[in-house]
Amino acid sequence: MDFVSISVNGTELAGPAEPRNLLVEFLRANGLTGTHVGCDTSQCGACNVLVDGKLIKSCTAFAVELQGRSVTTIEGVAVGGALHPIQRAFHDYHGLQCGFCTPGMIIAALALLQENTKPTEDEIRAFLAGSICRCTGYQNIVTAIQAAAEQMESGNV
Amino acid sequence: MTRHEPLDLKKAEISGGVATDRRHDSAHKHVTGEAVYIDDMAEPAGTLHAYLGLSTVAHGIIKSMDLGAVAAAPGVVAVLTHEDVPGTNDISPAGLDDEPIFAPDKVQFLGQPVFAVVAETREQARRACSLARIEYEDLPALIDIAEAGEDARLVTKPLTLQRGSVGPALQAAPRRISGRMRVGGQDHFYLEGQIAFAMPGEDQDVTVHSSTQHPSEVQHMVAHALGAPSHAVTVEVRRMGGGFGGKETQANLFAAVAAIAAKKTGRPVKIRPDRDDDMTATGKRHDFLIDYDVGFDEEGRILGVDFTYSARCGFSADLSGPVTDRALFHCDNTYYYPSVRAISRPLYTNTVSNTAFRGFGGPQGMLGAERIIDEVAFALGRDPLEIRKRNLYGETDRNVTPYHQTVEDSEAARVIEELEISAGYADRRREIAEFNERSPIVKRGIALTPVKFGISFTATHFNQAGALVHVYTDGSIHLNHGGTEMGQGLYVKVAQIVAEEFQVDIEQVKITATTTGKVPNTSATAASSGSDLNGMAAQNAARQIKDRLIDFATGQYEVPKEQIEFLPGRVRVGNQEIPFAELVRQAYMARIQLSAAGFYKTPKIHWNRDKGKGRPFYYFAYGAACSEVSVDTLTGEYVVERTDILHETGRSLNRAIDIGQIEGGFIQGMGWLTTEELVWDDKGRLRTHAPSTYKIPLASDRPKIFNVELADWGENREKTVHRSKAVGEPPFMLAMSVLHALSDAVASVAGHKICPRLDAPATPERVLMAVERLRAEG
Ligand code: FES
Ligand code: FES
Repeated sequence: MDFVSISVNGTELAGPAEPRNLLVEFLRANGLTGTHVGCDTSQCGACNVLVDGKLIKSCTAFAVELQGRSVTTIEGVAVGGALHPIQRAFHDYHGLQCGFCTPGMIIAALALLQENTKPTEDEIRAFLAGSICRCTGYQNIVTAIQAAAEQMESGNV
Repeated sequence: MTRHEPLDLKKAEISGGVATDRRHDSAHKHVTGEAVYIDDMAEPAGTLHAYLGLSTVAHGIIKSMDLGAVAAAPGVVAVLTHEDVPGTNDISPAGLDDEPIFAPDKVQFLGQPVFAVVAETREQARRACSLARIEYEDLPALIDIAEAGEDARLVTKPLTLQRGSVGPALQAAPRRISGRMRVGGQDHFYLEGQIAFAMPGEDQDVTVHSSTQHPSEVQHMVAHALGAPSHAVTVEVRRMGGGFGGKETQANLFAAVAAIAAKKTGRPVKIRPDRDDDMTATGKRHDFLIDYDVGFDEEGRILGVDFTYSARCGFSADLSGPVTDRALFHCDNTYYYPSVRAISRPLYTNTVSNTAFRGFGGPQGMLGAERIIDEVAFALGRDPLEIRKRNLYGETDRNVTPYHQTVEDSEAARVIEELEISAGYADRRREIAEFNERSPIVKRGIALTPVKFGISFTATHFNQAGALVHVYTDGSIHLNHGGTEMGQGLYVKVAQIVAEEFQVDIEQVKITATTTGKVPNTSATAASSGSDLNGMAAQNAARQIKDRLIDFATGQYEVPKEQIEFLPGRVRVGNQEIPFAELVRQAYMARIQLSAAGFYKTPKIHWNRDKGKGRPFYYFAYGAACSEVSVDTLTGEYVVERTDILHETGRSLNRAIDIGQIEGGFIQGMGWLTTEELVWDDKGRLRTHAPSTYKIPLASDRPKIFNVELADWGENREKTVHRSKAVGEPPFMLAMSVLHALSDAVASVAGHKICPRLDAPATPERVLMAVERLRAEG
């Protein structure tokens, strides 16, 4: 058993982890259950998080690998109690049904809009290739991301 | 709560009433990750984890089973086999005693649960499972229904629907074609997998948190397995991360195992299979072989059809009876057959037991109807849309279905006509012909297909629902009903109905988790019936309380009933207006009961299965879709260029939610008909047991142009809740337009003279094979 310390959403998260424990397991065991496990096989994106600002599937990384790194989970997206524009847009544009994919989708959208502030619809759809939603048919998810991008661009948040 | 907010006695409208685009009730929690699914619940100290040991052969006698190493593995607290089931080792929802929790002496499919390990951690339980040593004596296994003989075993009683004499009609018909269609199955891939979490209580009690669409059935199954009365078992579900039918009966196994383990160890037990096991061990949409023989005239009018629908049911009946029945109920789609016979063959196979999936056999049934339309059209060299329109049910005659229900509410002609215009069908058909003329390799195709879907459970007794409404003295309202929330927006719709009744803001209505302790003997949230049934039951409960409040106010203020009216946030009593909460408080002081159990049962329906006659459906839901595709005829790869949908949801309770159901249903249907292919090898091993090998639609797999409209003229002709219509399943079948557009594109390589007989899923490989066959024959 190793002792791991990761900066999660700006706070130090420290605890024991076996070398084989996945990041998603470590996060969830420490109460951060907004990061979901959908497929266990690195396909669905329900477990998306940002590591040092980069999008990864937290079921593909070992917790011990993340020692000293900085992780953002869905719990860290809202700032100061106010929803992030992407969260607000998923809420306002019905970008969810069962909601199980939602945290992963929002994290993916965050990563996309960090690197491309004005994505086209095709770019959004291509970027979401690693994130599965079984309910919505993606239509409202894409609409929500487009709306969030516009708002963030205009600084009108 | 509104209690501390200033009261607005002039308010013109409540927030979140009926027919508003209210958001999903948990939207704000989903976007922050705060919404709690079962796996997110805080685990009480001492929680154990169970994992299933699955069979490794498709059909075999268990010769020996050595679980010694399993029991001795680190962290293992208990190992369960069929001998550890205190009650009955059976979870057959059909009551046929054909579905053991743990296989006792023989396994009947590869992936069947044989034992379970209970350990301190999930990882320990999972690892211990792999240490089992089980020897099997192989028995012959039937995997593929195409290999089933004439006298093959059925899992349940087949159904025959018959009207007119089909034999003579076929013989007399000027034209006649027979053929066979293969329709694939589908994995639900609910994003949240199966899960149950059982907490032992005192006496025989156990509380099970189960990701289920059917808490009452889970309750009965757990009680049955424990040998306890139903009152000892409480099943609760706040939300599911998707269901689609896959958690109607398939949740039973996990709940039963968790409950048995919890009672045995005296500790809370959670079970969550990983995705590969979930896909291997739980049932899916039935794949079908549809044999058809159709007679028609030179104008393309169908004169008679003989259908046989054979389904791969798996090793047990599960819901295969009602699923195959519903396939027959939809073998007509929107078309009138002057004479018809349709037979179901629910075949026993050594595969996982197939189950409910959005549409419940209806989609497979309809594909048979649409295939014969294609056959007739290509045989006569006509546009399939012309043949579709020619065969629609009539308003006053030609309107009796194969099950002898009269179609009284046909909207198909109107929906088709409006969509034909809004999608510009005729012009595009011409343009496509011109394009194909010029384009030797890429071929385009277009199709407009209608949907008519029967609403009601075909087992009449399931068409009932209960609700429980409490009004507290501060005017806040507690709402509970038998329906479950799997993302479809049922909770918010029912809350809208209750808010509307009391004329209070929806924020004042607390939506609470579905539990067998509050509303008993409920039906599955299935058959698209959720809002129809539970909405009515909740409305009934609210009205009982309202009536008591009205009676109270009549006496207290000495005004006649007619002068009492529920206005937004207040009640007008004669000349004065009293805030809702104030009236409630007064009623409480006067000892008026402020709680009610509501009930509803669907009127008019009846069904005699032996005779194949009745009115199984209260009403029909209609829609149509027009899709255009382009196909690369060298590779079979294709793109959906555009889809236009017009769907009718009556007077929609919530247009935003309904449109979400249509978009999601369509894409899921398109996945079923295009990319989602289940493959079992000849040993009965499912080779597509993860999304890496089983292709779920992604964000990029969609029509490039996608227009979805609700028919704004819609109104249910029957007295449903606020005259709305069910919307969960019907849109799924709009995806047939994609399959038929592909068929149309393929047909173009042989001048639209040969029916491509494209089977589903129309993967690029199948499309390519069809192209090559037509090129060779054409
Ligand atoms: S759980 Fe990590 S990608 Fe699905
Ligand atoms: S909302 Fe259910 S999986 Fe996306």
